[in-house]
Amino acid sequence: MTRGRFGAWAAAGLGAVYFLLPLIATFEFSLRMRRGQYSFDAYAAVFASGGFQASFLYSTGLALATIVVAAALVVPTAYFVRLRLPHLAGVVEFITLLPLVIPAIVLVFGYIRLYGSSSFLPLTSTSLGADALLMFGYVGLGLPYMYRSVDTALQAIDARTLTEAAESQGAGSLRILFQVILPNIRSGVLSGAFLTFAIVIGEFTFASLLDRPAFGPYLQRIGASRAYEPAALAVIAFALTWACLGLIQLVGGAPQASTRR
Amino acid sequence: MTSAPAASRRIRLPDWAAWLGVAPFFVFAAMFLIAPTAWLLVGAFQDGDGAFTLANFVRLGQPSIRLSYALSLEISAASAALGALFGLALALAALRGGLPEWVRPTLMTFSGVASNFAGVPLAFAFMATLGRLGLVTVLLRTLGVDLYAHGFNVLTFWGLTITYLYFQIPLMVLVVTPAIDGLRREWKEAAETLGASAFQYWRMIALPVLWPSALGAALLLFANAFGAIATAYALTGSSFNIAPILLYAQIRGDVLHDPNLGYAVAVGMLAITGLTNLAYLALRSRTERLR
Amino acid sequence: MSFVTLARIQKSFGHAAVVKDFTLAVERGEFVTFLGPSGCGKTTILRMIAGFEQPSAGVIRIGGRDVTHLRANRRAIGMVFQAYALFPNMTVARNIGFGLKVAGKPAAEIEARVAEMLALIKLPDLAGRYPHQLSGGQQQRVSLARALAPNPQILLLDEPLSALDARIRVALREDIRALQRKLGITTIFVTHDQEEALSISDRIVVMHAGAIEQVGTPAEVYNRPKTRFVASFVGTLNTFAGVVADPAAGALRLGETTIFTRAPIEGARAGETRMLALRPEALSLEGAADGANALRVVIEDASFLGAVVRLKARFGDTILLADVFNAVGLALPQPGETVELSFRREDVIVLEGD
Repeated sequence: MTRGRFGAWAAAGLGAVYFLLPLIATFEFSLRMRRGQYSFDAYAAVFASGGFQASFLYSTGLALATIVVAAALVVPTAYFVRLRLPHLAGVVEFITLLPLVIPAIVLVFGYIRLYGSSSFLPLTSTSLGADALLMFGYVGLGLPYMYRSVDTALQAIDARTLTEAAESQGAGSLRILFQVILPNIRSGVLSGAFLTFAIVIGEFTFASLLDRPAFGPYLQRIGASRAYEPAALAVIAFALTWACLGLIQLVGGAPQASTRR
Repeated sequence: MTSAPAASRRIRLPDWAAWLGVAPFFVFAAMFLIAPTAWLLVGAFQDGDGAFTLANFVRLGQPSIRLSYALSLEISAASAALGALFGLALALAALRGGLPEWVRPTLMTFSGVASNFAGVPLAFAFMATLGRLGLVTVLLRTLGVDLYAHGFNVLTFWGLTITYLYFQIPLMVLVVTPAIDGLRREWKEAAETLGASAFQYWRMIALPVLWPSALGAALLLFANAFGAIATAYALTGSSFNIAPILLYAQIRGDVLHDPNLGYAVAVGMLAITGLTNLAYLALRSRTERLR
Repeated sequence: MSFVTLARIQKSFGHAAVVKDFTLAVERGEFVTFLGPSGCGKTTILRMIAGFEQPSAGVIRIGGRDVTHLRANRRAIGMVFQAYALFPNMTVARNIGFGLKVAGKPAAEIEARVAEMLALIKLPDLAGRYPHQLSGGQQQRVSLARALAPNPQILLLDEPLSALDARIRVALREDIRALQRKLGITTIFVTHDQEEALSISDRIVVMHAGAIEQVGTPAEVYNRPKTRFVASFVGTLNTFAGVVADPAAGALRLGETTIFTRAPIEGARAGETRMLALRPEALSLEGAADGANALRVVIEDASFLGAVVRLKARFGDTILLADVFNAVGLALPQPGETVELSFRREDVIVLEGD
């Protein structure tokens, strides 16, 4: 109708082209493995490869551990800061923003120096120790999102009133946290969990430099050595990200952006 | 249960219980966020024997390091500026452009996904799109336009910038949307009754109101791109010498032949992302005060 | 000819008719208030006059010119919004000067006009402040100055006082009226607050469900409400049913009692039921003067409101509220006591419809 509306359509159209074209191109490319015809051969090859299965399983397990540890750290902290230690709010917010400020490559460099084989706490010298180190790194990566999700949920349920109601019924702190607060902020914890999963599952920098057999370094190796499998893996990764973000909307969280790659 | 004794028994646990609850969080932060960073900070100011020195920072000026920083800054600035511009345009179109209702939630959901779709898979997607055998390259070639004959390569500066835009634009959309929602309908209407055209409204009111938020968002995009490594590494290997890739190589194999210089490279990166984030926070608090 | 005319205006959003067949003429220099509950269509009409909405049918004329399809920025209208709507990126002075600047006036002229407007709204020292540094009342004054600075043909005020504290509301209300009188500008004011409407207007348009219920001066609307809606929306009112006994004599029967109206009851026949209304302040404890009406009632409650004492009295099945002036030595009736409440014939309001 008006010039403004024409401009809006043009912007939206160009945006759609820019964002959809790589998806279409990647999908098309992933189907080209068999000469002369489209096929899902690349996907079959990916799923059949031991490297894919092992690394994906490893990263999934690590992501789950990350989520559990992150929730265990964040929920009590957010809860107590909101209710009993409000003077710590500034410090805690600063800490939760640190992972957005410190580049992952810088942080992992610090890990390697601090927890390397010749340090006072040589986590990297055992496989389990290195796994734990990677997991704690991922807890850090997900911290800003997990904290914000949980804190928003706590605010929404009016945790103070709930706590006082539970206390007046004679419940103790632990019981309140686990039986009153946690069930009510489930959607916040889940939002944080899915976003953490989306960030962690294909993470490259930490996993590669800590030499863990994770999905991210596997992706990078395939990209350097194969032609069609990478496209298939990109499609799979995109679908995974979409699924995680879709689940967040399903449990009632708002879409968020991670700002660390 | 009678209420009177219940009320008198209602003793708050002493504060140490709450402190116990938050203690693991602080231990975690100290061990895995603060101490590693502090270690690098200290190391950057030491020479090989542990004595205080500023020499490591002076040596950041050597050509290979300086160039990699410059390249990083350029690519971060380019992808942040373009991402902010296109993201703002897209968000304005979807939110204020008179487009159908479904456009906004579609854009928001997609932005949530795309801003999180980065790293190695994104590199693959752009290889499949703009690589030598990519769909767009091939299509354009059949139309008579040979991108690669014109010097384009997805493994170059502009190729990487276009790739980064795939997460930068959606991030901009998500960050700037609240600011656009903050533009009140009455401002436009008041301007109209006072005789202003739509163009005058945008030039004199909407854009001046938006620009601090947009600039802040652009800073966030800059920091986001500056720390990014996975996409560039997967796309170009170690041939594209941005600062994070240099640091990656240093961690892998001490290519600088000096651990302390490596610390300085890391601290230099930290300083840039830190300052960018500080500027972002300052702008944000300014816009919040104006509300 | 009237300055602003709205002829048979209709507006629908989808299937919902928001304004139904609205016709009104506003004279030059008049202060007209649209009064009604939220959702009655009053703001929609204002927005159609401003040019933000297009009527589905009907014609809007300003100064004799058909502006129905003219764009808002060509109508030379000043508008004040409920939530101030000052431009946050501009100082007070630049806000006020905005309309002149857009019109391409020279800087010196803008500066002089801004100074004049600042003096008019009694905020001469705030030129350099930003909106967020002002109180709500100050912001709304600046908003008024901004609307008036380019000398608009009409001033439109959309609930401009609703966001303010009660005390500031009254003060600003008086200032707006004084300013409007001084400038002689045709003004249309929208509010849901009947006290505001009564105190500020030349004429009030009472609206309900997208249509006009009554148009009249504040005194007419208050004293002679035409419909039950107007009667109940403007002030407190006792309503009850009466059976017409003799339309020509204005006689109605309430149970055993007969009361009289001032004039014959038009268009009524004996035996019909009519809704009647009485203001609480029309009822008196003093004995009925010659020719006045009187009802024997049982007092249920008496509450002391300061200058006024409000009595709650039962007459048959009906509860009547009566406001009597408080005077030293006044013997308040006690609950359970039977008293006579009198009222003049002129105070009986016969409502249209049922």
